[in-house]
Amino acid sequence: MSDFVSEFWNFYVIGIVLVSVIGCAVFLWSQGSANFTVGKTTGHAWDETLEEYNNPLPKWWSWMFYITVFFALGYLALYPGLGSFKGMLGWSSVGQWKGEQQKAAQQYDPIFQKFQQMDIQAVAADKQAMEMGKRLYLTYCMQCHGADARGSKGFPNLADSDWLYGGEPAQIVETVSNGRMGVMPPHAHLGADTVKDLANYVRSLSGLTNDAVRAAKGQEAFMTAGCAGCHGMDAKGMHAVGAPNLTDGTWLYGSSEATIMETINNGRQNKMPAWKDFLGEAKVHLLAAYVYSLSNTK
Amino acid sequence: MFNQEKIEKNVGLLIVLTLLVVSVGGLLEIVPLFFQKSTTQAVEGVKPYDPVRLAGRDVYLREGCYNCHSQMIRPFRAETERYGHYSVAGEYVYDHPFQWGSKRTGPDLHRVGGRYSDEWQRIHLRNPRDVVPESNMPAFPWLEKTAAAQTVGKDIEAKMRALRMVGVPYTDEEIAGAKQALEGKTEEDVLVAYLQGLGTALSNFK
Repeated sequence: MSDFVSEFWNFYVIGIVLVSVIGCAVFLWSQGSANFTVGKTTGHAWDETLEEYNNPLPKWWSWMFYITVFFALGYLALYPGLGSFKGMLGWSSVGQWKGEQQKAAQQYDPIFQKFQQMDIQAVAADKQAMEMGKRLYLTYCMQCHGADARGSKGFPNLADSDWLYGGEPAQIVETVSNGRMGVMPPHAHLGADTVKDLANYVRSLSGLTNDAVRAAKGQEAFMTAGCAGCHGMDAKGMHAVGAPNLTDGTWLYGSSEATIMETINNGRQNKMPAWKDFLGEAKVHLLAAYVYSLSNTK
Repeated sequence: MFNQEKIEKNVGLLIVLTLLVVSVGGLLEIVPLFFQKSTTQAVEGVKPYDPVRLAGRDVYLREGCYNCHSQMIRPFRAETERYGHYSVAGEYVYDHPFQWGSKRTGPDLHRVGGRYSDEWQRIHLRNPRDVVPESNMPAFPWLEKTAAAQTVGKDIEAKMRALRMVGVPYTDEEIAGAKQALEGKTEEDVLVAYLQGLGTALSNFK
């Protein structure tokens, strides 16, 4: 089926291409029989002194032009160019891309498959796999988690041993494959005073300076206001909902009283995109192993 | 048939022949594009920009994003591995003009939609170094402080009517509701909405 809306455009393109290519050749050939007066000027002077010889075109130049005409005709026979005609070689840019893909699949698929059949731990211990994993990481992950995998404000550090959703191989594979939606609901309705109490309690959990009276009141509020529902009674977090451990001294958004109050007041929303469809399972497996290796190196 | 003397001494004939020669390229390479299905029909899933994304697109143009970012993934393996499915002509039918760009100081953005979270886009626009320390992209901190309705959204209805004249199928209701859609949105909001919609029609298409 032609891509043109009507067949007219097919013949329109073929017509103009052939007429202009062949027309060039005919025109050039017709110049061979023109009246030249070798060595003499045309007899016309421009701007009083400018004159020109009436010599024929140099032979080497004419032949170059004929060669380009033959090249053009050959090209149009082999490659797409004449309207809807696909060319005798059947070349297309998408076809060439598919060829590249196929060649790469032949070369790399066996390697990916080999690693896919191995446990994440075993892949993480394989030197070649980790070189590949690092390349994948630097292409797809470093924009958020950083080239050193240490993250930044709001984007988790992957090189430490603290995990929002768990650091077991299966949990990492799940995170990379399907992404995560982290939601901390806003709690401004508790009132500024209670929020400040809570912030002091949260700071006390990891041994940061705090107001002891406020921290004690904050502990009470922590149990009654719903905080413990996600972060746990012991505030050690919950992997199932991605609630952070508040006692380990690791901070995703910052540990200052003001930042913690901002978190409690406005809540936080965070999203890790899903990569399964884009990367495919084999690459996800390698990436998960690389991430696993970052915090499980001896 | 045509000798040099005759053509050079006859200005009318010179003009006609010159026009004929210089128009061949355009007649062949431009005109047929208006009569091809692949260049004039939208790919499934490609919709006209809603007012918010349309305003975001104008922020993209105004800030000159196209100077460093292309929106054209070529059918080479190195590009499709990194960015996703190669771009096809039917994805640009509602772009007037398209933002292919010609230089990549930063990465191609044609499939950036959904690649990062909204929050990442915001942090990155305010100061790219906060998330990518190696980045040399300029910061755009004023976008979050400017109301889109005061700048790029000021004449949003007129823009949509103009786009309708060149073939974008906006309805009267959509145009009438455009101003309202931009209410309370900052330039950053609309730009992020535009970026998050880029190339999503084919984003997981292999």
